[in-house]
Amino acid sequence: METKTIDYKQVNGWGVDADPKNDPTYPMQHREDAPPRDIFYDRPPQQPIDVEVLHSIERPDVTAVFGATLPPSGLSGVIRRFAFRYSENQYKHWLPLIFADRVDVVEGVLKDLAHGHVPNIFAEKGYRMEWKYNRTAFVTKMATIAAITVGTVLLLSSGKDKKSKRACK
Amino acid sequence: MLAMEYRGPKRVRAVQKPMPEIKHPEDAIVRVTRSCICGSDLHLYNGNVPDTRVGSTFGHEFVGEVVEIGPDVTNVKVGDNVIVPFNVSCGRCYFCKQGMFGNCHQANAMATAVGGIFGYSHTAGGFDGGQAEYARVPYANVGPTVIPPGMDLDDAVLLTDVVPTGYQAAEMAGIQKGDTVLVFGAGPVGIMAARCAWLFGAGRVIVLDQEDYRLEFVRNYAPCEAYNFREIGDPVLFIKKNTDWLGADCVIDAVGAEAAGNVLQTITGRKTLLQAGSATALHWAINAVKKGGVVSIVGVYGPTDNLVPIGNAMNKGLTIRGNQTSVKRLLPRLIDHVQSGRLNPKALITHRLPMEEVADGYRMFAAKLDNCIKPILMPPTVTK
Repeated sequence: METKTIDYKQVNGWGVDADPKNDPTYPMQHREDAPPRDIFYDRPPQQPIDVEVLHSIERPDVTAVFGATLPPSGLSGVIRRFAFRYSENQYKHWLPLIFADRVDVVEGVLKDLAHGHVPNIFAEKGYRMEWKYNRTAFVTKMATIAAITVGTVLLLSSGKDKKSKRACK
Repeated sequence: MLAMEYRGPKRVRAVQKPMPEIKHPEDAIVRVTRSCICGSDLHLYNGNVPDTRVGSTFGHEFVGEVVEIGPDVTNVKVGDNVIVPFNVSCGRCYFCKQGMFGNCHQANAMATAVGGIFGYSHTAGGFDGGQAEYARVPYANVGPTVIPPGMDLDDAVLLTDVVPTGYQAAEMAGIQKGDTVLVFGAGPVGIMAARCAWLFGAGRVIVLDQEDYRLEFVRNYAPCEAYNFREIGDPVLFIKKNTDWLGADCVIDAVGAEAAGNVLQTITGRKTLLQAGSATALHWAINAVKKGGVVSIVGVYGPTDNLVPIGNAMNKGLTIRGNQTSVKRLLPRLIDHVQSGRLNPKALITHRLPMEEVADGYRMFAAKLDNCIKPILMPPTVTK
């Protein structure tokens, strides 16, 4: 769709009531010192792009610096690449990224196991602190989770038994 | 080097990682001497920020010693002890030139709505953070500020975020002399916002939270009125009754996405992520401010949508202001406040943990155990 630029200075009455001091949406103290929007600044030198960098499609290029330690990889990387086909204005950008984060967690566990490291979930979750400072609530919570888990397993397994008995009849 | 590593929601650990390298001629490498866990780190910790990759190192509040500089770095030298603002800022883009260092346009390729932030997911640039022994600091001519002689490192590390964010919250609230200022949240930033509200001439400062130990702290520290919103019924009605039925002149949301107090917001914002965090505090802020008042937002929310009564904001003629803090812009004034004794940041620090116990630190802070207000992490190079 073609966009039409309006020369706002030609609009009758433009700026007649402008008062830079009455500008609560713009908290900077020296707005009058701001450069005009159309002046290009000296772009900092570009950090070498030696890893895959997914950049927002709401900007034309990769910024002069960027974090380079965790390029997208695996299935989560595929999902992230899909997400970055859409602008930040769209759920199709953000929801896949959240999903990719969850996939990444599973991939992280698998990578740990592949490297012979069994993650210590108790330590990673900092449960030592709960045990030390919040023991009663912590034990209650864990007991509740265990009870619900055991109950669910028993419920599901009894359902299977009934089905197999019906099948035998 | 030893570093914190994110493994998934509510799972972090300390691991050995490769040393950071100079990637850009304006980079510096800093040996971290103090690093904090911030309330906004909990959004990452809980898995609420999109594009938080497993293996990330968090930490946007840190100070340290410069150990290596890129060929174009002139503003700091090896051996300098520096405050590292949490923003990554180029210093020369359209926004940085106006002092909007929190909105730099050359620091975050991954999203345009937020600037670059150390250790705050790929949505904020993908930079590793300072909860590590060493950190790469881009644009070292802009952000890092030499710690004045004699300044306590515990004070300095809180100048990277907590103090400037609390101060800017009060600044954005447009406080006029005699105004009633209401602050939601008695975490470190809320406490500092309440303290700074006085610097801007507030006539009355009220803080609401649900943790009695934090309310007790802010009541003495700010000093101010402080109430537990669990004990006052409808918090908006309570504020109206206590402000001649008008509401507060200025309200500061220093809570953000982890807010408690409303079941619908908690389920949709925190448990199911149907909105970008629980907006309870912001909802209350809009309803508790007087007509024509100002709502200042420094609480962090995600990039999608939130349920707030925007119709009330229009009908009441409110001004809503928010931003990531422009730390670099505020540092000279805040260093002066600390050196002159007007602000005492280090009083907020309640816990000091070795970096190896980072998982315990996160759990303690997230669950508010042992009356925790502000935990700091000590790298092994400092504790040895």
